[in-house]
Amino acid sequence: MSILEVSDIGIGFGGLTALDGVRFQVEPGEIFAVIGPNGAGKTTLFNVISGLYKPRRGRVLLAGRDVTGTPPHQLARLGLSRTFQNLQIFFRMTAIENVMVGRHLHERRNVLAHFFTLPSVAEQNRRTRAHAAGLLAVVGLSDAADRPAGSLPYGALKRLEIARALATEPKLLLLDEPAAGCNPVETGEIDGVIRQIAATGTTVVLVEHDMRLVMKISGRIHVLDQGRTLSEGSAEKVRMDPAVVAAYLGARAGSEAQHARH
Amino acid sequence: MRVDPSAVERASQSGFAAQALHRLGPHTLIVAVGLIVVLLPLVLPSNFYYRVVALVFINALAVLGLNLLMGFAGQVSLGHAGFFGIGAYAVALGPTHLGTSSWLALLGGVAIAGLLAFVVGRPILRLKGYYLAVATLGMGLLIAMVFSNETAITNGPNGMPVPRLELFGWRLSGPVTWYWISGVSLVLGTWVAVNLIASPTGRALRAIHDSELAAGVLGIDVARYKLLAFVLSATYGALAGSYYALFDGFVTPDAAGFLRSIEFVVMAVLGGLGSILGSIVGAAILIILPQALTVFHDYEHIVLGLIMIVFMIFLPNGIVPSLQARLRRRRT
Repeated sequence: MSILEVSDIGIGFGGLTALDGVRFQVEPGEIFAVIGPNGAGKTTLFNVISGLYKPRRGRVLLAGRDVTGTPPHQLARLGLSRTFQNLQIFFRMTAIENVMVGRHLHERRNVLAHFFTLPSVAEQNRRTRAHAAGLLAVVGLSDAADRPAGSLPYGALKRLEIARALATEPKLLLLDEPAAGCNPVETGEIDGVIRQIAATGTTVVLVEHDMRLVMKISGRIHVLDQGRTLSEGSAEKVRMDPAVVAAYLGARAGSEAQHARH
Repeated sequence: MRVDPSAVERASQSGFAAQALHRLGPHTLIVAVGLIVVLLPLVLPSNFYYRVVALVFINALAVLGLNLLMGFAGQVSLGHAGFFGIGAYAVALGPTHLGTSSWLALLGGVAIAGLLAFVVGRPILRLKGYYLAVATLGMGLLIAMVFSNETAITNGPNGMPVPRLELFGWRLSGPVTWYWISGVSLVLGTWVAVNLIASPTGRALRAIHDSELAAGVLGIDVARYKLLAFVLSATYGALAGSYYALFDGFVTPDAAGFLRSIEFVVMAVLGGLGSILGSIVGAAILIILPQALTVFHDYEHIVLGLIMIVFMIFLPNGIVPSLQARLRRRRT
């Protein structure tokens, strides 16, 4: 069974159609990329999948279960987590506390016990902190553990969001432009982190502008343009698709590119 | 996620060290507050001073609750005196009209305030920022209006007497007695607040403050945790209100009034939002300063206002957090 199935999604804002008839399936353990020019509807698609928007039509199935319009905190229970294109960091908390928040669903949440810090709560806090420290090590942020998140550089915050999303132990992880604003070294690090995540069986769906990163790590690529599906397939297939080239470079350049190949 | 074990070891060792420091911090705070309560009587010369400090403790208890809501969960309330008033009138009305014991009335007042916060909180906590401020303001005004208009049972704006609290036949009255009751309660209130902040619940509240979006995606039921903070802060407020009325022996609708709501917010902001110690410092300054400034006679309020402005200009994050940040900078 597909871990994620998006069928015939349609959504609009006012008179503007943002997504129209988008459909695809993602299989467990793969790295699946959604690309497209600016305004193609990539982040809107992510917001629909992660429950922030309710689509006008179409369905989202998570491991075969209809989750269309389910609020984010319930989707988290079903194994979906995500990062944000424009960072959503808990700036007043330290880096490790940010990741500890991600353990929320795996902690016992008995408020009465929390009032009195029963020994079990203290013990649980230790376990949560140790788990978070391990995830900070995965994304290379061990040294920043106890620094306020607000004081970390942009690239580090991108990785902190990934560590925080991983703390929920997702089956499906949505990464919204994980390499945006990162320099080549940081992009290389994120590349490694994403492969490592996928290698442990977590399915990764990412939106990304950095084509080199996308072509390198994605198993399959889904191309959107103006809210519609343009193409889907392997990196090789998508790169050769004249429609994709046209969408990115303009129609004339597309036909020229085709001529150039012949 | 598979993790390199040696990296975990290293990271968690540094984590534990930091945690040890962190844990030393808050528990030191509880001990410090306890020591202040125990040692202060050595230097308090008269009943008048006991009375002032007891008022500080009682206000600090209410501000502590408000700070859990405003400073940690990031939700403003301009109607918190409403809950204070419910606590105050519960101990006045219960024994007078229903013949309940003062103790039962006290518990009942806290429960009613919590229940009201639960019912009102559900719809209004969806609002954000200024809109939430106005909604809570309206709630506070409504509660005060009920106490002032139901003259048949509350005696209206003139106020009504509050029967004294009794314990095994002893009448609990007088500044020294109330110094100890409110002092011990403040230590317990601090202890609970410190525990809560360091727990998963506390992390959830702080996360909501910075990004509701991210908190939701991580599985936190944002509406539920906001409501929890609102109910909890209402119960702190009602308990403080009950103490205030029992201590004073008299209650007027001013207990629930708009000015008192603003005072609580000013205490929380002046002392430091998100700082438990700040709640106590803020309450202390706003209670003690007017007493100290009586030497200025007619200009008392002008001087008080100026001092508050100067505090906020030079310590913009509130007294305690700003001073803590300076200390940290000097140390490094």
